[in-house]
This record gives sequence, C-alpha cells and structure tokens, in this order.
Amino acid sequence: MADQENFKVTIDNITTEVPAGTTILNAARQIGGDIAPPAMCYYSKLQNSGGKCRTCLVEVSKGSDKDSRPMPKLVASCRTTVMDGMEVKNITSPKVIEARAGVVEMLLINHPLDCPVCDQAGECDLQDLSFNHGKGGTRYEFERRTFEKHTLGNHIQLHMTRCILCYRCVFAADQLTNTRQHGILDRGDHSQIETYIEKNLDNDFIGNVIDVCPVGALTDRTFRFKNRVWFTKPVDAHRNCPKCCGEVRLWMRGDEVFRITARKDEWGEIRNASDGKMGWICNECRFEKKDTNDWVVENTTKVNRQSVIASNKYIGAIKPPEFMEEVMDGVKQRYMLDIHNVSEVNEPEIRLDLIEGPAHSENFEIADEKREEKELQ
Amino acid sequence: MITLTNRAKPVDRKPMTFIESIYLWNIFKGMMITLKHFFRKKVTLQYPEQTRPFSPVFRGVQILNRDEEGRERCTACGLCALACPAEAITMEAAERMPGEETLYREEKYAAKYEINMLRCIFCGFCEEACPKDAIYLSETFAPSAYNRQNFIYNKQDLLIPDPETQPEQFAEAKGLREKSKKNNN
Repeated sequence: MADQENFKVTIDNITTEVPAGTTILNAARQIGGDIAPPAMCYYSKLQNSGGKCRTCLVEVSKGSDKDSRPMPKLVASCRTTVMDGMEVKNITSPKVIEARAGVVEMLLINHPLDCPVCDQAGECDLQDLSFNHGKGGTRYEFERRTFEKHTLGNHIQLHMTRCILCYRCVFAADQLTNTRQHGILDRGDHSQIETYIEKNLDNDFIGNVIDVCPVGALTDRTFRFKNRVWFTKPVDAHRNCPKCCGEVRLWMRGDEVFRITARKDEWGEIRNASDGKMGWICNECRFEKKDTNDWVVENTTKVNRQSVIASNKYIGAIKPPEFMEEVMDGVKQRYMLDIHNVSEVNEPEIRLDLIEGPAHSENFEIADEKREEKELQ
Repeated sequence: MITLTNRAKPVDRKPMTFIESIYLWNIFKGMMITLKHFFRKKVTLQYPEQTRPFSPVFRGVQILNRDEEGRERCTACGLCALACPAEAITMEAAERMPGEETLYREEKYAAKYEINMLRCIFCGFCEEACPKDAIYLSETFAPSAYNRQNFIYNKQDLLIPDPETQPEQFAEAKGLREKSKKNNN
C-alpha cells in the first residue's frame, strides 16, 4: 500500500486527497462539517463495525477516473472505499436526503420514543439523527416490538425496546474483553441483545458498551434517573489507573459526581488518550470513583454550542464583584431569602451520587425524616 | 408662520365677556357632564365580590396534572426547566418501585418538583415544552404572601387533588373552574 498514490475524491464539490483504502465516510470526516454522513452503527475505533444501519448512504455520481459510470444504487459510505477521481454527493443529492429520511423512519419503527424517561436523551445519536434527517411523523400503525427491561450486572441497564441492533456493543465486547458474554439472540424481528442465560456482564472493560451505544439501550445504572444529561456539568479529569488510561469526563452537579464516561470526540466516538492509545476506561473508573477526591480535574469540557448540553452553562461569564461589604463598612450583606434553606431539591440529606442505583421513594422519605428531625431540634 | 399641518389654531386672546367672567355657565356645563356619568354603566368592579373574567389565554399559576386514573403525569424529563427563561423550575427524579403504579404514570417520576414563584415570569414555556401534558398554567393568580419562603412552591402545592383519594378537594377545585368559566361567558 505504501507505494500507492493518494486518491483524489470529491465529496459535495469539495475535493480532498486521501490514502487508498479509505472509506468515503472517513474521507468526508476529514473534510468535516455538514458533509460528513451521519453514522449510527459505524464506529471508527471498532473493527468490522458499520454497514448495518444504512444512515450513511451516499450517492456516487462518478465511480472513478477510469470508469466514470455512476454507481447504480446509493452506497453505504462506511463500507465503500474511495477510488481515484470519485465524485460523491451527500447533502447535495435529494435522493440521499429522501433515502435517509426513510432510514430514520425505519429505525424508529420499533423505537418507543420514551425520550422524556430515557437517560440518553440529550446525547443520543438517534435523537440527533431523527431531528436532523427525519420526517415529522410515522406511517407505522402496528404494535411496537416490546421487551422486558432488565439489568446486565449491577451497573448496566438494558432497555431492549430502544435498541437499533447496531452491533457496536457486540464488537466492543469482542475487542476489549477476553470473553464476550452477550450477543444478539434470535433472528429478524425477534433479535435482541441478551446474555445466554441471564449472566452478569462483569468484565473489567464491559462498561464501555454504554459509551458505544448510540441510543439509550445500554445505560449506566449508577446514573439512572439521577439527573438529565444537560443539567450536569461535564469536566475533564484523570487519575492514575493501573488498568486503563484513567482519562475520563466527570458529569457533575455542584461537587457531586453523577456520572463518569470516557471522553468523546466530535463524532460521538471515544477519543484517544494522551498517550495515543484508545481512551477506553475500566469499570472501576467508571462506576466506583464517584468522588472528586479521586480525580485530578483538568478543565471544563468544551461543549458544542448547538448541543443541548451547553444550555444554562455560563462559560466565560464575568461575575460582578460584590461591593456591598466595602460600602457598608464591613457589614455583611444579608440575603432576604437563601434558596438553600427553603428548597427541597439538592439537599445535603440526600446524596444522589452516593446511591448505587436509581433513587426510589424510600431514599427521599429518609431524607424527609432527617430534615424534619433537624427542624425540630 | 409656516405650519406643518394647517390645523393649528391661534390662541384666542380676546378679553372675557361679563357672562364668561362669572364662570357660572361653564361650571354648570361641567356639572352636567358629571351628572350624565351617574346614569352610565359602571366600569369598576366590586372586587373581591365580583371578579373580572380572564381571557381564555390567561397564564396564571402552574398546576401539575394527573391522568384519568389519578396518577401523576410528570416524568421529570426536565424540559420545562430547560425551557424556563427565568430558571425557576428545579426537580429531582426517582424510579417507580413495584406497587407504586397507581401513583405514577411512568417508570420515572418527579420525587421533588419546585417552582420558584419569585422568579417565574408566567411565560408559559413550561406548558409548551411539556411532552407529557403534565404542567399547565391555570386561570388563577399566584396568591400573595407575607414572606418569600411561601413563594417556593413544591410538588404538593402544585399537584391537582387526586379524584380517587381526595374527591372533595377535587370537586371543589372543579367547581372553582366551572365558576370561572361561567364568569367568562
């Protein structure tokens, strides 16, 4: 391959040069911006992923310099390699846009659309995809396929109804862990992510299936229902971990660490660590270190301004200095109302970050009792 | 003098006649206007015995709705808090346990839900954002209070009465609504 020249490829009228063997999707990603096709199943860090969801369909209007015929059908750009002189149409082709809307409709056929309940909402690839490329309604009139939700081990929650069968978690388990304990059982409409029979997923790196899952099918049980993604504040942090790179993203509310994930890049994929290796993180880092003392905080994560996660976060805001004390000769300012004395939300009596799974009514009842005792004293 | 509109009238500076200078006639004219207003329809209302009807799009104090079976509709998705320009809404979610299906509609529910009425600007974005038809702006004012603590409304303050367990309160609230509807018509 080394002696082969770079291939010239034109995507949406932008020409770039890529090494031979590059897929159209990766070439488009090199250009970046809107012309990169969306991908639900392709994950550049996982070998053999891609080719299943069809969201990355593009039109090849000219096969190559040597054979300038267009490809007869839309092709999956994550699986099609570029040829020299190839011309690709992505967002400039009405055919592609229509086909993609159809793919979104297809993916949403069995999706429960329970985004208000789902923990993935706000960082969900399927949400972004259907918002950007889908149509408003569905034509599906039949009952949706349903499964019982259940847990895979102590830390991973599986909602099979939300799954789009992208196989990313299967590849992740294959390539990160020694033995894969889960996979896709049954065929066609019945196929589902499952362990055989009811096993716990307890490998050290199995937590990464949560990060690779593009939808809310595999979610973190320690974060379950604790808070919405966009109300927590992402912070980059690291620790000395013997098992993994230890470079993570903490999702915090105040000083509480609600969730820990690997750091993701602009394509929603796990970023490489600073030593150049892949940034997978181990289960210990992900689930058991919910304390800021365990971590060295680097900086606040830069969030894309278009993302909902950037809302209500005032990065770079300048707080005006308090001058009252100076003016009043050292008399401290007295607030008419300290909201923390009145509000029952985010109370010190209930530490959501220390509760193992999701909070239940009993957790809040205990907190209520504690508060009443305090008030009596 | 050049005028812009040709409607300007020069001020009359003639000396007053005798009848004008005793003012009686002008006073009588003014009193006739006052007398006429005695017999007109009154524009004032005897509040609080009488109330003025609200417009159908009036945005008053929020309520949290229940479904037909009396279960709380709110699933603590946080979209109202996200939409709120005044950042008045906060909440904490919890998972529904087996046996609580009669209390909460979805598998997740709002264990704590607070609206800071001192911040709320009654824009109605929360109602618009709600995907579960859980929050509505009602047709009443937020009542006044003597201290600021009373303006932090928690979930119990906002929830409508349960038709199953609190039928009397529910009937009362419904009656109030019927009354206000009648006033409107």
